[in-house]
Amino acid sequence: MIRISGLRMHFGSNEVLKGIDLEIGAGEVVAIIGKSGSGKSTLLRCINGLETFDSGALAVDGQALVHGDAAAMRMLRQHVGMVFQSFNLFPHLSVGRNVMLAPTLVRKRATVEAELQARELLARVGLAEKFDAHPDQLSGGQQQRVAIARALAMEPAVLLCDEITSALDPELVGEVLRVVESLADDGMTLLMVTHEMSFARKVSDRLVFMHAGRIHEMGPPEQLFGDPQTPELRQFISALNG
Amino acid sequence: MVDFSLWDILRNLLLAARWTVLLSLVAFVGGGVAGAALLLARIARLPGADRLVGVYVQLFQGTPLLMQLFLTYFGLALFGLNVSAWVAAGLALTLYSSAYLTEIWRGCVNAIPRGQWEASGSLALNLGEQLRHVIVPQALRIAIPPTVGFMVQIVKGTALASVIGFIELTKAGTMITNATFRPFTVYACVALMYFALCFPISAWSRTLERKLNRGR
Repeated sequence: MIRISGLRMHFGSNEVLKGIDLEIGAGEVVAIIGKSGSGKSTLLRCINGLETFDSGALAVDGQALVHGDAAAMRMLRQHVGMVFQSFNLFPHLSVGRNVMLAPTLVRKRATVEAELQARELLARVGLAEKFDAHPDQLSGGQQQRVAIARALAMEPAVLLCDEITSALDPELVGEVLRVVESLADDGMTLLMVTHEMSFARKVSDRLVFMHAGRIHEMGPPEQLFGDPQTPELRQFISALNG
Repeated sequence: MVDFSLWDILRNLLLAARWTVLLSLVAFVGGGVAGAALLLARIARLPGADRLVGVYVQLFQGTPLLMQLFLTYFGLALFGLNVSAWVAAGLALTLYSSAYLTEIWRGCVNAIPRGQWEASGSLALNLGEQLRHVIVPQALRIAIPPTVGFMVQIVKGTALASVIGFIELTKAGTMITNATFRPFTVYACVALMYFALCFPISAWSRTLERKLNRGR
């Protein structure tokens, strides 16, 4: 589903991704873990072209990412949904319009049809009654669930989640994670960067541990947490428990 | 000597004020269209656009409007284009407002959080759709107060067009003074008329600002 090979990227003189190879199959749930600054979010943002990588190749659903080619980028982004740490809902549009915008513009869907789909998706994230509300009337957890519904409206093959609970009050984290878990159960391909380690262990098929711009280890959660091979991962795990 | 009543003075000034209004509108609409086009070129990252527009803006913001009027009027004549004062004034003020408006609006667009670009981009919207449905509606709210404020500057700026012989409110005031020898009365009337034009615009700007802030 996602195929990344030899991905390198730098910000100024700082190389943040030092050759990433990663393949993610359809229906797989993968969590990227690691310290801040290890390149997790940058890698995620590369996958839908929000960051421009220097070398290497990246394809989603067979659609290669080509920078500077607007048409190819538009095609690729229709395969990749993204949910952000800071929600990034459109504040001037109602919740329903937030969800309907991209399908009506990009997929040329009729308004009636898009509205039906939006209501369905909002019901799925438990916000059916919020269709006409404005984002600033919602709690952070509700806003993030709308953002998930908005990304799903484009029927992406992969959903990228970039620390989607990091900006939430602790008591609101659960409602968002439950939605993500239900998506995982429904067979959605998910790639997430998260600091919610217990959640990552519970729902992921595979964990990817990144350190200093490289993938150090990856494998099933039991393996990574039970039998870490590198000192970096051992240190990361002990810091979590400490 | 012919005797001028106050009404004569006012009537003639009011007639000339039409030209002030018209020149202001031309400058504002023309400047708005050109300013928006320049901003678009910058946002779309057309090669060289950012630097060129930057220089353009600095040029117009760094020189007096009076010089811009002179240079347009006499400069065009130099190229063999014998334009009327009306065309020269309209052109100079349009260029002047386009430079200011493009910079004001750029600030408003920059004030929209990057996350809005990223979210709309990741939903596969193209640049035009991002601007039309996500960025511009939000930037517009921020842009209204400074834009309306700048309209007042334009109205007052049209007074300078009198120096190249364009007969608007100020020029008419000078001419009437020369005929009546009552400069204080005449210029007081002129000032009042500018105030009557500008005050409603500023008041409107304040109302809009209040309304927009309440809507947040």
